[in-house]
Amino acid sequence: MTATVERPTEAKEIGRERRRKEDQRLITGRTRWTDNITLPGMLHMAMVRSPFAHAKITSIDTGAAAQATNVVAVLTGADLAETQGACINAWAITTDQVTPAHPPLPADRVTFAGEIVAVVVARSAAEARDAAELVDVSYDELPAALDLKEAAEATADNGGVLAHPDLGTNKSALWQFDSEQAGTGGSVDEAIDKARSEGIVIEREYRQQRLIPAFMEPRSVVVDPTGEQITMWSATQIPHILRFALAATTGVPESKIRVIAPDVGGGFGGKLQQTPEEMIAFAVARRLGKPVKYTETRSESLMSGHHGRDQWQTLTLAATKDGTVTGLKVDLLADLGSYVALVGGGVPVLGAFMFNAIYKFPAYQFNCQTVFTNKTWTDAYRGAGRPEATYAIERLMNELAAEVGMDPLEVREKNWIRHEEFPFTTVAGLEYDSGNYEAATARAKELFGYDELRAEQKRRRDSGDPVQLGIGVSTFTEMCGLAPSRVLGSLNYGAGGWEHASVRMLATGKVEVITGASAHGQGHETAFSQIVADRLGVAFEDVEILHGDTQISHKGLDTYGSRSLVVGGEAVVRAADKVIEKARPIAAHLLEASVDDLEFSGGRFSVKGTDQGMAIGEIATAVFAAHNLPDGVEPSIDSEATYDPVNFNFPHGTHLCAMEVDTETGALKMRKYVCVDDIGNIVNPLIVSGQVHGGLVQGIAQALWEEAVYDDSGTLVSGSFVDYLLPTAADTISFDIDHTTSPATTNSLGTKGVGEAGTIASTPAVVNAVVDAVRHLGINDIQMPCTPERVWKAINGAGGGGTADTEGAAMPHFDQAEPGQDSTEGAGQ
Amino acid sequence: MTRISLTVDGASVSDDVEPRMLLVQYLRERLGKTGTVIGCDTSNCGACTVHLNGTSVKSCNVLAVQADGAEVTTIEGLASDGRLHPVQEAFRECHGLQCGFCTPGMIMQSVALLQENPKPSEEEIRLGLEGNLCRCTGYHNIVRAVQHASGQGEEVTA
Amino acid sequence: MIPAQFDYIAPTSVEEALAALAEHGDDAKILAGGQSLLPVLRMRLNAPEVVIDLGRIDSMRGIRDDGDAIVIGAMTQHAVVGSDPLVAEHAALISKAVEHLADAQIRHRGTFGGALAHADPAGDLGAPTLALGAQFVIAGSGGTRTVAADDFFVDLFETAIGEDEILTEVRVPKHTGWGAHYEKFVRVAHQWPIVAVAAAVKVDGGTISEARVGLTNMGSTPLRARAVEEALAGQPATDEAVRSAAARAAEGANPPSDLNGDADYRRHLATVLTRRAVLAAAGS
Repeated sequence: MTATVERPTEAKEIGRERRRKEDQRLITGRTRWTDNITLPGMLHMAMVRSPFAHAKITSIDTGAAAQATNVVAVLTGADLAETQGACINAWAITTDQVTPAHPPLPADRVTFAGEIVAVVVARSAAEARDAAELVDVSYDELPAALDLKEAAEATADNGGVLAHPDLGTNKSALWQFDSEQAGTGGSVDEAIDKARSEGIVIEREYRQQRLIPAFMEPRSVVVDPTGEQITMWSATQIPHILRFALAATTGVPESKIRVIAPDVGGGFGGKLQQTPEEMIAFAVARRLGKPVKYTETRSESLMSGHHGRDQWQTLTLAATKDGTVTGLKVDLLADLGSYVALVGGGVPVLGAFMFNAIYKFPAYQFNCQTVFTNKTWTDAYRGAGRPEATYAIERLMNELAAEVGMDPLEVREKNWIRHEEFPFTTVAGLEYDSGNYEAATARAKELFGYDELRAEQKRRRDSGDPVQLGIGVSTFTEMCGLAPSRVLGSLNYGAGGWEHASVRMLATGKVEVITGASAHGQGHETAFSQIVADRLGVAFEDVEILHGDTQISHKGLDTYGSRSLVVGGEAVVRAADKVIEKARPIAAHLLEASVDDLEFSGGRFSVKGTDQGMAIGEIATAVFAAHNLPDGVEPSIDSEATYDPVNFNFPHGTHLCAMEVDTETGALKMRKYVCVDDIGNIVNPLIVSGQVHGGLVQGIAQALWEEAVYDDSGTLVSGSFVDYLLPTAADTISFDIDHTTSPATTNSLGTKGVGEAGTIASTPAVVNAVVDAVRHLGINDIQMPCTPERVWKAINGAGGGGTADTEGAAMPHFDQAEPGQDSTEGAGQ
Repeated sequence: MTRISLTVDGASVSDDVEPRMLLVQYLRERLGKTGTVIGCDTSNCGACTVHLNGTSVKSCNVLAVQADGAEVTTIEGLASDGRLHPVQEAFRECHGLQCGFCTPGMIMQSVALLQENPKPSEEEIRLGLEGNLCRCTGYHNIVRAVQHASGQGEEVTA
Repeated sequence: MIPAQFDYIAPTSVEEALAALAEHGDDAKILAGGQSLLPVLRMRLNAPEVVIDLGRIDSMRGIRDDGDAIVIGAMTQHAVVGSDPLVAEHAALISKAVEHLADAQIRHRGTFGGALAHADPAGDLGAPTLALGAQFVIAGSGGTRTVAADDFFVDLFETAIGEDEILTEVRVPKHTGWGAHYEKFVRVAHQWPIVAVAAAVKVDGGTISEARVGLTNMGSTPLRARAVEEALAGQPATDEAVRSAAARAAEGANPPSDLNGDADYRRHLATVLTRRAVLAAAGS
């Protein structure tokens, strides 16, 4: 068990359910979304997008569009040429990774349906859209690589279809880890061989369907080229990385670019991207010398914003007959889409370290082949690699339990790292600093009423009730807090994983805190204010958090991977501590005391044993006046810190889910969901609850509802919210959440990340529950999303497992006949 | 162009608009009422929900010309005399929002829901909000907020 | 997200609307509540030159008792229909179907006639109006005509309404005292039904004397499950009897295959949902 890190200041704010500072603006509509921004002379862009998954562009006739009312320019890839820069891949996962060039506006060939082929610039958004309809593009359609498995097999020689014929292959990179080679464990092949002869081997193939992040605010970008710097507002998670990419690929000096992420309406990894739309807006604004705006429609967003997941997982788990795991082999095919996105192939690699999860596997091997297809590019989506890994292992542990006839929790307990074994170095080479799986599981079982629900399950089975009950288990952990720079370097990632913060002590005693994290709904302004208020002993209300603007926050690595609190928050702590240390000699001078006689507590320096003292705010005022400072001391107590984490961060938890399965229709109903997460010390329980609830629903949605489906020609069928099914309030339930606490030992607050936990844990909990409900009918898998049709077909022996195909057609509600031909009243629902 | 006159958040406004202009575009682009936002193109998400003559509608699904002569209330007109509407207050109190993009529509629909059913059950709240998508909160705390605003809230605990 | 340009006409009487329709013919599209038309225009799946808005015609709005029928004005909003006591008393099946149609905002704006004229086979109003034998009153330059529900739905998005005609009201024969239930199957709440079943039954002393069953999204139009109706007549309102009759629900249906289920699955769903709808309608 791990020790609590000693906190030098008393915690008045940390741990408190502070209502969020952010909310006043958001609940009154006083918001600044990128699409709200209007600048004098601003022009609007509309995109012309390819309807084909793979085609040569043979000609583009822009004549009619250019003549349309109030059109200023119609530009193609050839027009923008090298001024458009490039979309970069920041993580070549192997030194021989095949990485096709990714021009934002390709001139000669399109590689997925929705790729941009021309941009229309007009005085209004409506006129730009009108003119975009007039751009006449001729295509030579090419065969499209659409099926991941087929694409992986295709070569130039075997007649397979290539997403990029010039590359000669669809294979981008093969990333491997082997515990025997790494010296972190034994030979997985030996373990499997041994299990085949005298133990148990579980072999499964699971599908991680393609998902769409579907943040609620469509992406939007405004670029203002007037002024000394070019300013870009963008609905992005990563203003700093975006500025770097703009500079690196366009030749515009980084110092001449300012990127602002104003209010950003969710991201979930979907706005962790350097997008073609941003690059095109930047190029067009520079070319025309006028501000430009582009806001995507939801259909464009679903079609062309990056997608997530999309893997086939081939898994082999070896165990002894008593259910002790002895080896795990993972073979992944990961669909990149048609380009290697910013993180791209790195997403499945982030999962490589997590398949072994909380279990003591003595041998482990991971092989991941990334593959091109003519589909929308894929990249991070909430959890990024770790949900895929957690799904696989948590499903497998249930299969093992079924095989040996044990309760799924028992088989887990038999194999997990016991709390007294921390810190624990895993077979994947990570050192887990803290955790207590026993405690979280015990609490979850208690809240869930585990034994009672198992009894009900048995009753329903015995009586042949048409509604069967299943109980799903997921005892997850994840690595988050991305990331130690040295580790990233060893993985060939193109940047570090540090975070920056600075603290400005204003003359009036107010405090401005600048963070390089870039919030888009997480509540940093509130949580960071709580941290600083405690650290400096100032009022919560006196702290202002500034972020998301490269001119204010000149240095940062932005927000993703549950890093903001554990990396960014630690940087804030360290910057605040430096303020205190800079103030100390000044305080001693002003109090005419020795530095050694001072103590800092509750925001005051006081002289030990006296009632003399000064508040930190008073020192800030004195420093502002600078009339009476010690010799040689600069008139500033402002401080900054850049924190590079020493390790990842390992939240864990036990999630229990009860699902009712209507065996007559395949309909699924969630009955109860309990989760007990150990995320270390909690800064704001209210914010944490929100992160958990929201994370849960995204993970549940992968299990039950969401899937990006393409038809045989490579068109996204689930291309609107009519067919890409997000759950509503009416489809979800109230959750029972609680926490156990094993403080992290690798940051001074003892905190762990929470942003992705719910999503990572919940998907296998739900699917395990669904399978558990029907396992007695001979079913051991239902492919995600577990649609009623798939469940019903599985029950009735008509498929529904790992091979079920989805019908490639959308509901036709918005397909309309020509005007006036038939019924006349186009209204209703 | 068609001349329209209407009342928006208590103020009389009059403009010439193209018939194709959606009410949400009129609110945002002509009146600067950017508190009301656009989240989809199929009227599934409800982010643009406003009140039109006292009932909730999706303002992407109404032409500005159809609102001629009407009374429109947006999220920006909900608070009165500098005091938050109880539903606004409840969303903050219960942490019923994160990124805040769905929030204007969610609040406007919640207000309409409570006008029609002042003491809704949890199920009635959930069904009443089926036309509003949120991607952040998992709806849990939104439901708590509506319960809270209806005077049925338990003490908020995380 | 921005419709193509169109001219806008907002007549204040049916006669004016018909005149506008006569003038613009094929180039015109009629706007009722707009809850399906506006998404189509926004996505530019259709681009009429003229939009004729019926929203200013007060005479097309409202619900009245007309002896043996309830008459629902075509421009009456779903929310009004759903909360109307006359409809609840004499055509409860309509009330039940409207209750969960789309979502609250759309029910506030969308109209009864607009939804029926749109004729989406997954729309919630076709099956109940068909089951109750509604009469559709259609105005044209030569006067009005009445079309029976059986003849109203022609094909996918196609009805008996002519190019120069307007649906003005729907007459729903009173089914006072009948039990009614609308059983809707969706994956998420804001979805069109994958399959739904509208059932109205007259139960006398535990026996189903008459049954009306309509199917949603089981073909290119709403359908009557006549085989079920015939099989139910005279049967006891028991699970066994109803199950046996409901097994015939998909006879003659030609359901679509899409992301939510293939045709076979829909046929199966129809039988289960029919059983449930009838039993619920019968109060057993």
